[in-house]
Amino acid sequence: MKKEIICTVCPRGCHIMVEGDGEKVLSADGYSCKRGLEYANTEYAHPVRILTTTVKIAGVPNDLLPVRSNQPVPKEKLFDCMDVIRTTAVKLPVKRYDVIVPNICGTGVDIVATKTVEA
Amino acid sequence: MAMYNVKCDVAIIGGGPAGLAAAIAAKEEGAEKVLIIERDNALGGILQQCIHPGFGLSRFKEELTGPEYYGRFVDRAKELNVEYMLNSMVLQVNHETNEIVATSSQYGLTQVQEGSIVLAMGCREKTRASIAVPGTRPAGLYTAGSAQRLVNRQNIMVGKKVVILGSGDIGMIMARRMSLEGAKVVMVVELMDYLAGLTRNRVQCLDDFGIPLKLAHTITKIEGDTRVTGVWVAPVNEKKQPIAEKAEFVECDTVLFSVGLMPENELTRKAGIAINPITNGPAVNQYMQTSAPSVFACGNVVHVNDLVDNVSEESARAGKYAARYAMGKLNAEQKTVTCVTGRNVRYLCPQTVDAAEEDGKVSIYFRVLQPELNVKLIARCGDEIIYSHKEYRVNPGEMNHVNVETAKLAGDITVEVVKED
Repeated sequence: MKKEIICTVCPRGCHIMVEGDGEKVLSADGYSCKRGLEYANTEYAHPVRILTTTVKIAGVPNDLLPVRSNQPVPKEKLFDCMDVIRTTAVKLPVKRYDVIVPNICGTGVDIVATKTVEA
Repeated sequence: MAMYNVKCDVAIIGGGPAGLAAAIAAKEEGAEKVLIIERDNALGGILQQCIHPGFGLSRFKEELTGPEYYGRFVDRAKELNVEYMLNSMVLQVNHETNEIVATSSQYGLTQVQEGSIVLAMGCREKTRASIAVPGTRPAGLYTAGSAQRLVNRQNIMVGKKVVILGSGDIGMIMARRMSLEGAKVVMVVELMDYLAGLTRNRVQCLDDFGIPLKLAHTITKIEGDTRVTGVWVAPVNEKKQPIAEKAEFVECDTVLFSVGLMPENELTRKAGIAINPITNGPAVNQYMQTSAPSVFACGNVVHVNDLVDNVSEESARAGKYAARYAMGKLNAEQKTVTCVTGRNVRYLCPQTVDAAEEDGKVSIYFRVLQPELNVKLIARCGDEIIYSHKEYRVNPGEMNHVNVETAKLAGDITVEVVKED
């Protein structure tokens, strides 16, 4: 199967044509760097995304803690992860990169704070 | 009237990414007292609400979120003892006396006396009024950025069924954000026949969530009494005029406008500093120096950037030269040449170059008017080509640059995009 993948590694946005059989990549064309080729291979077989969102802060109704996944998560699990994060509330203080939800949805990926918030 | 008085070497208006990078560079260049004046309740500027990744790829070689990116700058600024006043709004800049008047919730009316000034006020969103969309004025109309602040910083969800006008980056990022938070994004409507923002945002924010992108369409009318009930969406002809008979009603309760950004230059204009009519920001040279020699400017207040990495780089230059100016070390004898827009170039920044700078290496940034494939980016003085670079693709949404050396400047510099066969 042929699939055109628009590379998102950098703003250049190369259009990479990937040809494969099932999950196996046979050829890729149109990339400009090694990272682009890696991206195209992953995107063809198992697309993953960095998830960024916010979590509630216990006792502080009008503020939120920004968080991210410390590794990309499978694209099809984004909404499952959101369901877990939606029910989470953190206690202050929080330091940047503190783990907020470990091993979210069994992905092996941690949801971490992206900001330091004093109590 | 009694005023609170502050003295500093470099005063910086705005504590977003531009102001932070300028402050750090000014300190590193040797300025003793550097003061940031910020109207929000925290440093970081718009990056505080940009919780998504995509920042820092060129500067830090890793993909950071907005808070991580500005967090690194805040840490460094604090290490260097950069001073800052929060909840403080600058009312007036006087470049002849080097005085700034601000109002601060902590100190009241405040007068700042400085050696040089850096304008780093950023930009503001265009609104429904800027593009004059007909219809009623119900609740549920937001600029994409104000919705982003409400959702990401204040825990207020703005709607359930959303139409987004404009395919700028903030609009697309909000399409993903609203989808993740459980809203239905019906469509993104774009007047031009090409995407306004970055391609990767189309992939990760629209395609990933199955959100249709309607190119060469616009909203012709907003309906609703107390709350938005829907919008009329019509295709446009080559002259960008809507084809009324093809308009379709699209049900929604919220409309987000992502229709462009405008440098925020009320202070600059009031101070009598020259504004470039295309960028709507102050005209600058390679030192990021404005028409007022003691005033420097950087970031989105000068021209709207697409990457914060560029803002940091350009702002570090503004901070460095503002510090030199305050210490009496900036080249006073300048030999100014003008940067002239050639084929398929909308604007250039900087607009002038001091050719007297010794061994100066200057990057001139620009945006194209039209997307094009297989082109050469060229800088020339008269007929002499001083820079040439092949580019596969150029796009108005992605900034380009040419590099020139001051030693090679015989006169004005023309920058142009030439089609290759």
